[in-house]
Amino acid sequence: MKRILFALLACCSVAGAEERRSGLLDMRPEAQAMQRDDSMNPGMLWVLEGEALWGRKPTTAGQSCADCHGDAPGSMRGVAARYPAFDAARGTAIDLAGRIIQCREARQAGTPLARESQELLALTSFVAHQSRGLPITPPEDAGMRATREVGQRLYMTRMGQIDLSCAQCHDDHAGRRLAGSIIPQGHPTGYPIYRLEWQAMGSLQRRLRGCITGVRAEPFAYGSAEFIAIEAYLMERARGMVLETPAIRP
Amino acid sequence: MARVLLRVPTSAEKGAVIEMRALIQHVMETGYRPNAEGVVQPRDIIWKFTCRYDGEVVFNATLSPAIAANPFIAFTTIATQSGLITFTWEGDNGFAQTETRHITVT
Amino acid sequence: MKITRRVLLAAPGALLLPAPTLADRQSLAAALREFTGGQPMREGRVRLDVSPLVENGNAVPISIAVDTPMTAADHVRRIGVFNERNPQPNVITAQFGPRSGRAYLATHIRLATSQALVAVAEMSDGSFWSERVEVVVTLAACIEG
Repeated sequence: MKRILFALLACCSVAGAEERRSGLLDMRPEAQAMQRDDSMNPGMLWVLEGEALWGRKPTTAGQSCADCHGDAPGSMRGVAARYPAFDAARGTAIDLAGRIIQCREARQAGTPLARESQELLALTSFVAHQSRGLPITPPEDAGMRATREVGQRLYMTRMGQIDLSCAQCHDDHAGRRLAGSIIPQGHPTGYPIYRLEWQAMGSLQRRLRGCITGVRAEPFAYGSAEFIAIEAYLMERARGMVLETPAIRP
Repeated sequence: MARVLLRVPTSAEKGAVIEMRALIQHVMETGYRPNAEGVVQPRDIIWKFTCRYDGEVVFNATLSPAIAANPFIAFTTIATQSGLITFTWEGDNGFAQTETRHITVT
Repeated sequence: MKITRRVLLAAPGALLLPAPTLADRQSLAAALREFTGGQPMREGRVRLDVSPLVENGNAVPISIAVDTPMTAADHVRRIGVFNERNPQPNVITAQFGPRSGRAYLATHIRLATSQALVAVAEMSDGSFWSERVEVVVTLAACIEG
């Protein structure tokens, strides 16, 4: 009986909407420990893979990441905290994975990296890991402001057969429970993440696809302007929060 | 080669009990899981993990499909002498990997 | 991936938690019998540490420690971990000796559903000691399928 009352209370307690909270804190202590201790965090295997790729030439003709950028702990520190960023040459916003894909094509004479491929996830994880512990600091330029407005509109738009917006779950009902799980506030503080459900590393866009198919809507394509806009808005919404890559999430 | 993350002390006092942690990248496909087309994926797991200290087996474990993807194993041994600690994983489809770390014992 | 019928069916199934079948209990009992060679198994000396409530069964941290001095005369030879309701009852079996220093093992395991876990230690005197823990596994509401 006590347990039932507790469950009801948990359903009815309203999230501290004013208090932003990483999904890390919504997990049980064992899962938090798995993230906090690198020796137990499987996401670190992708970071290590990325470190190896960083120093390797994709083709004999091309250069390695390190040939241009040097040591990642110095050159990549804080970079992931500033993405998505405005790509002035193309006149659009670009996400971190997109920038790595672009580098591979333009400067490394390599075969293109596919979205969600192990290689791209490893490189993205390695680069993002260099910003672990740093606050999210989205760029202030006008191009990104426009992108974020698009993202915010998408975030507020009801979608799919279930007719839910991102905001209805992650703003209005964050902290409440959906079945047995706490609805997180949805801050992208630890991407790419090692999701226990996936038993592997995955990007924010993969996670967004999961939400969008969950409300029975047709997901946007990987690397699409829509996904990058949502990502840009989410990063602004999480401004100042600390990056955790590689995060563990259920 | 699968990525491996090892936490092994680089030095220890003689006689000290040291904890070692090993994490390796592996899908640990159970052999019970259907793919999107409904076809059961064949089993592909690591089934043996062995730790040797200067050649002598100090720990070994038999793993089943119930071990999580990217297997994590922690255990202890006594630091007896300076030498090499090797970690070996063996699995389905000829999977075999060995990693070595040096420990200085004073 | 698409939301499949299987996923939709799996979600309420996890909430109903049907009791372990006779077959589940028999397969666990058979695995324990194989490990002990039919010797009696006493409760105690073994500590199986696992969260009683697990939010995702794909990677559940567990650790096992046995109360023993780990000397040549008195040590743990083997530790086995078994489960009741995964497709197979075996989880992990590990060998120990005086050089282990401690009888300690930690790993991350899979639990298909709520069930019992049993850790058994074989001591150097041939006795078997165990601890049994019930674990509730909840299923995430938003799974990809």
